Amino acid sequence: MSTIIKVNNLKTVLDDRVIHDGLNLTIKQGEIYGLLGPSGCGKTTLLREMVMLQDFHSGSIEILGQNIGNIKHKQAQKLRREWGVLFQAGALFSSLNIKENISLPLIEYTDLSKKMIDEIVEFKINLVGLKSEDALLYPSQISGGMKKKSALARALAMDPKLLFLDEPTSGLDPISAREFDSLILKLRKLLGLSIVMVSHDLQSIHDTLDSVAIIDEKKIVYEGDLSDIKNSDSKFIQTFFKGAN
Amino acid sequence: MKFSGEFTLYTITSYQKEIGKIDFSKVKTVDFDLEDVVYFDTAASIFINSTVKEFNEKKISSNILTTDKDILDTLELVQISKKTSKPLPKKAKRTLLEILGQTTYFYYNGFLAFMAFIGKLFATKLSYLSNINNIRFKEIAFEMNESAIKALGIIALTSFLIGLVVAYQSAFQLKIYGANIFIVDMLGISMLRELAPLMTAVVIAGRSGSSFTAQIGAMKITEELDAMRTMGFDPYLFLVIPRIIALMIMMPILIFVADIMGVFGGLIVASVDLGISPQLFLERFNDVVAAKHFFIGIAKGPFFAFLIASIGVYRGLMVKDDTQSIGFNTTKSVVEAIFAVIVCDAIFSILFTNLGI
Repeated sequence: MSTIIKVNNLKTVLDDRVIHDGLNLTIKQGEIYGLLGPSGCGKTTLLREMVMLQDFHSGSIEILGQNIGNIKHKQAQKLRREWGVLFQAGALFSSLNIKENISLPLIEYTDLSKKMIDEIVEFKINLVGLKSEDALLYPSQISGGMKKKSALARALAMDPKLLFLDEPTSGLDPISAREFDSLILKLRKLLGLSIVMVSHDLQSIHDTLDSVAIIDEKKIVYEGDLSDIKNSDSKFIQTFFKGAN
Repeated sequence: MKFSGEFTLYTITSYQKEIGKIDFSKVKTVDFDLEDVVYFDTAASIFINSTVKEFNEKKISSNILTTDKDILDTLELVQISKKTSKPLPKKAKRTLLEILGQTTYFYYNGFLAFMAFIGKLFATKLSYLSNINNIRFKEIAFEMNESAIKALGIIALTSFLIGLVVAYQSAFQLKIYGANIFIVDMLGISMLRELAPLMTAVVIAGRSGSSFTAQIGAMKITEELDAMRTMGFDPYLFLVIPRIIALMIMMPILIFVADIMGVFGGLIVASVDLGISPQLFLERFNDVVAAKHFFIGIAKGPFFAFLIASIGVYRGLMVKDDTQSIGFNTTKSVVEAIFAVIVCDAIFSILFTNLGI
């Protein structure tokens, strides 16, 4: 399997605090990769750096073969169309309804006919398990679970190769959370996605992830699959995975 | 020392007072008898621990007498956590010089950030205007309606009242000299040249500039702006420039309406209070008020609009991830916009007068 993301010797400084120092990780194509760690360790910061929302201090991040540290505007724009991002609270555009939210990238970036776009939107809505009747509702009118699903549909609108999820199951009840997990697994199988996610949800971690990176003390303290994670001597891992199976 | 009953947060202080009364100078050993304690919480445990420590420093040894396992566990828990925890850091005190320096630096950074914003705005705007397909007519039209056309009523009313008040006050003075007819010159020039543009700008800053800040700030908090960026939509193109252009187009029109209403207010006062018929008023107006005053007033519009919209939007982008900062930045945006408009007006005033316009 080829490498899709490579982070090399990353250093991040926010204000006066060093968040990451000498952080390395490699994400392969087609895997579901989890970023874990105690709160405040910089998981979300790392994710934001990967999607070019935040600058880093030194080191390099390579995504789909592009080094995003010194990327040109045009290439950056092209890269942005190859991934989808799901934010923690969904971040749907509040002035647009679900259908308009999903169709926005299609309208902006493609010259598809209105009819075709409607069909794509209908498919995506169906794919993430929403009902077509809900398409005209606004973000303020729908539940948290529906918001996440709609935001996922929007992230999938351009058929990305790569999906970033920031705590996809946080704020969902356990049943919706499990549904969301199986949705993610289903999508990976159907669309051949590579998925990078930040998560705190143990069940979701065990059900969905292929490999994990644990960030602690500004570095990756563990990278690999879940089966032999308990042999690691990190304090965070011992506490977090204690009693889990 | 014998403790009994509930030994908790609520009873510690009374024990502390009791212990304070005892003279320990000749005591070698203290026994803490906790046999009769029925309930023992962590606060009590912390209290016992620190008392023991105090005694140790005075070279008094102490024993804790209890067989209750819960109490022993609680005591042990506190001891273990004491070993690993560090005392809480104290808030650093700042001297006057530090406060002054930090505040100055803060405002200096704020100024630099605004300059960076203006620079980015022009850089984006130039490439934006190079291609007609980029211009978002829908958004611009929407913003024109939201932030200008819907403000027509309030602007008409405000400038009508301003015209009325200015005319009424000067009518009183002019009557003394019998110079009634000069109300037309005075009102015409001051209204068209200064008051109408300024009043319009103030109302728009309070009404539309603040709403730009609040809208964009809220979008920032809900990560909508981040979502746009990751999708490759430049928020400057989608949110910033349409607002600025919409306001720049509409401002002269609003000023025009304000001109009409202000002069109309003056006309009413002139006919009621000074006995100048509307016909005479308008004839005189035509004779003495040169068209240049009108054009100067209108020409200020786009400049004021640019200041108001760009400050409003900039403040919106400055919002941090908490709701308090929306309020702070909205206030700032209105205050700074009105201030900037007045400074700009003063510069124009000097400029035009020196140019002889």
